[in-house]
Amino acid sequence: MNPALLSIKDLKVYFELRQGLPLPWREPDVVKAIDGVTFDILEGEVLALVGESGCGKTTIGKTLLRLIEPKAGIIQYRDQDLAHLKGVSLRAMRQKMQLIFQDPYESLDSRQSVFDILAEPLVIHQRVTQKKDLQACVFEALESTGLHPAAEIAQRYPHHLSGGQRQRVAIAAAMILEPEFIVADEPVSMLDVSVRAGILQLMLALRHQKNLTYLFITHDLSLAWVIADRIMVLYLGKVIEIGPSDRLIHAGTHPYTQALVSVIPSPIPDRSREQIILKGETPSPVHVPEGCRFHPRCWKFQRLGSPKECLTQEPDLRQVAEGHLAACHFLD
Amino acid sequence: MNATAVPASRPPNLWVQVWEIPLGRAGIILLGIVLVLSLVGPVVFPFNPKDITSTAADILQPPSSMHWLGTDELGRDVFRETLVGARLSLLVGLLATAISITLGSIIGLLAGYYRGAVGITLMRVTDFFLVLPLLPLIIILAAIFGQSFSITIMVIGLTSWPSTARIVRSQVISLRERQFIERIRSLGATDLRVIAVHILPNVLPLIYANTVLVIAGSILSEATLAFLGLGDPVRVSWGTMLHFGFVAGAAGRGAWWYLLPPGLGIVLVVLGFTLAGHTLDQLLNPRLREF
Ligand SMILES: Nc1ncnc2c1ncn2[C@@H]1O[C@H](COP(=O)(O)OP(=O)(O)OP(=O)(O)O)[C@@H](O)[C@H]1O
Ligand SMILES: [Mg+2]
Repeated sequence: MNPALLSIKDLKVYFELRQGLPLPWREPDVVKAIDGVTFDILEGEVLALVGESGCGKTTIGKTLLRLIEPKAGIIQYRDQDLAHLKGVSLRAMRQKMQLIFQDPYESLDSRQSVFDILAEPLVIHQRVTQKKDLQACVFEALESTGLHPAAEIAQRYPHHLSGGQRQRVAIAAAMILEPEFIVADEPVSMLDVSVRAGILQLMLALRHQKNLTYLFITHDLSLAWVIADRIMVLYLGKVIEIGPSDRLIHAGTHPYTQALVSVIPSPIPDRSREQIILKGETPSPVHVPEGCRFHPRCWKFQRLGSPKECLTQEPDLRQVAEGHLAACHFLD
Repeated sequence: MNATAVPASRPPNLWVQVWEIPLGRAGIILLGIVLVLSLVGPVVFPFNPKDITSTAADILQPPSSMHWLGTDELGRDVFRETLVGARLSLLVGLLATAISITLGSIIGLLAGYYRGAVGITLMRVTDFFLVLPLLPLIIILAAIFGQSFSITIMVIGLTSWPSTARIVRSQVISLRERQFIERIRSLGATDLRVIAVHILPNVLPLIYANTVLVIAGSILSEATLAFLGLGDPVRVSWGTMLHFGFVAGAAGRGAWWYLLPPGLGIVLVVLGFTLAGHTLDQLLNPRLREF
């Protein structure tokens, strides 16, 4: 197994919701978006982060890149603790980590030409000083993301491009500083179905060429299974299961994972499927249920006749098999 | 989401758009007339402030073929005086606006971009200046530094920026949450770069519309201060004309020709800037357009 590129320990991200006057005796509501997660991202892997809407996927991704301030925890990047990096050293680190956003219509400055969008990272970090080198770098980045002819595309503005082309520009801009680590936040979910495969292939090809590590955020478990080496399942700001993709899909042990897998629309081989439909809404991360946070919606909890542990004790991640962990009191 | 590229046609020039709206067009025409008169007028009809009469018969004379708009309390030609007065009124308005807009934009940008202590402190300062009254301030400053048109400019500039700061701030607050700003930050750009290269161009149209409105307010403030005798006593503006006319008892003596031209000038200029400014604001401010 590869060594860890990032080691995240007990990371917490809370948002305070302000309502009305901040009076001293009024406790502000706290959204526990990330409520103590511990995991590694291994060098060169694609780690998929899956979970329902609002479970904290985007928050984790942005916190790893220090776009959101963590409340507590350690984000170890090789031998540096990112969580406490500041100023110049943080800006220098940003070259190594990049974010690809979900919505290519929102993530590009409509006042910048494609050339300026791609040149900006190089200018910010003073990588290139000569004007003609800058042009060479930009054109190369465009070509390598499949945007031809580079000279012509470079002059366009975002509103002249299709969604797929915009996402390629965003990818080119993320790659131009030659980062090691990419957070891709649902990079194809806003795109036309017809261009999704092309974008995914591009991202995987770049991964091999440039030896990248990805945190790939998606709510689509079957997509995660196709492209990721490992899958991590998040529920209400906590990791409830993590393991190799195949194992997680075919031998997932957490009742939540099993429910998610059972409703994957495309038929997955060798699985006699009984669909498990989860009842109820995801509870709000302001009022996290006592004990196991999943118990109010857990089918196993009901089948087992409401065991006491589930109501009182928060389950820790336990090893199920080599590299496969799950957080449940009653694993299969 | 549609995936085909739609080449957007460039929207026409902003002033062309203003011209197409009747009220905006009226504003532009008014401003054009005043600007031409104030620039060309004093060249064609020069005014000599020292051209004071020695005979009492020339004082406060009604319009005649010699003096189209009569004479003032020193026997000088009111028509020529009005043309020159326009220059100072406009100049004070423009310079005070430059101070006001610069301060307001910078403070608005910073207060919007930096939440937390910096943003809160800047907003407190803004609120303080918002309630700071113009008159006592200029009386105190005039007592310390003497009355001059640079003091007038400074005081108007220093008291009128808070509204700009508030408007800019609210726009910046929504901009800073946008994804393209977050992407630039994640590239490692400095705050200065994010603000100057990516946020400022997006609030510029708003600042632009606000400028036109602030000019109108500044001209009116100058006229008010000068009318109350707090202006520069040795330079002619519409405000000082009203002041000296009033002091000389022009109103009581029925010398309407001395008070009407500067008064009308102020009304027309302020009206012109206000019409143009509101039209620009309507075109540029998405919140106003919805209603
Ligand atoms: N700035 C914020 N202020 C307050 N609450 C926030 C903020 N950002 C996120 N949250 C809350 O934190 C929780 C996690 O949000 P997050 O955006 O990370 O979810 P997600 O898993 O990415 O969801 P989706 O699949 O819809 O993108 C949600 O309950 C959300 O409402
Ligand atoms: Mg999200």
